[in-house]
Amino acid sequence: MIFFWAFVVGGMICVIGQIMMDVFKLTPAHTTSTLVVIGAILDGFGLYEPLIKFAGAGATVPITSFGNALVHGAMAEANKMGIIGVITGIFEVTSAGISAAIVFGFLASLIFKSKG
Amino acid sequence: MSDKKKKKLTPIQQQYQDFVQKREPKRPVIKNCIYAFLVGGTICLIGQAISAFYIHFFHFDEKSAGDPTVATLVFISVLMTGLGVYDHIAQKAGAGTIIPVTGFANAMASAAIEHRCEGYVLGVGGNMFKLAGSVIVFGVFSAFVIALVKVIVTKYLGGF
Repeated sequence: MIFFWAFVVGGMICVIGQIMMDVFKLTPAHTTSTLVVIGAILDGFGLYEPLIKFAGAGATVPITSFGNALVHGAMAEANKMGIIGVITGIFEVTSAGISAAIVFGFLASLIFKSKG
Repeated sequence: MSDKKKKKLTPIQQQYQDFVQKREPKRPVIKNCIYAFLVGGTICLIGQAISAFYIHFFHFDEKSAGDPTVATLVFISVLMTGLGVYDHIAQKAGAGTIIPVTGFANAMASAAIEHRCEGYVLGVGGNMFKLAGSVIVFGVFSAFVIALVKVIVTKYLGGF
């Protein structure tokens, strides 16, 4: 069942992005930035974690989960170390996505040639 | 074009703007949304399958399976970007390929590959975050503000 909800919720988030791009004429960069901020705000009110429980990868794969994970890392560290943890912990959870993108992206630039 | 900018234009330029607006092809919003839904949903479905794979065979639990799942998706997307497949899908699927984390990886990898001819330090290193950087900047800043507010409210003001 979680596979079905992953498909539906993930698809719906993408539709929201598509509407922002087509109807409100935002660029892809504006759209993704806005969605990240929305994800962070949702987690600030504790609303994103239930969505992940409900939809699994449908909530963790879209970019909104990046904002959620940033807040999460900051909060987890802040609970341990006090207010300074907000700064030290912010990348704690998102490290996988960013470092994977940097490492693989760099490797890709070594291997592949631009086609343009 | 915003109204503020419009006021500064000469009448002929305004006429031209109206002309352009009439000629601009209408975006097929419904069709785009269906494509975005199907492709975006499929990517999330693949993500769910990968995380199920990690939970089943490598004994991650449901929470910790998220990280290797994202890394795997990023790897697949970078590979497809390098082979030139991802952009073909992206042309049809629009936000369906931009919103998932694969779109973030695609933006970084394509910028890195494109600027390789300018050298590895200034080209690849300097331009890698050209497209994807805005996501990190706004994500981190908003997360910082939200976490700060939350910490102050819950810890120092005793919560609600």
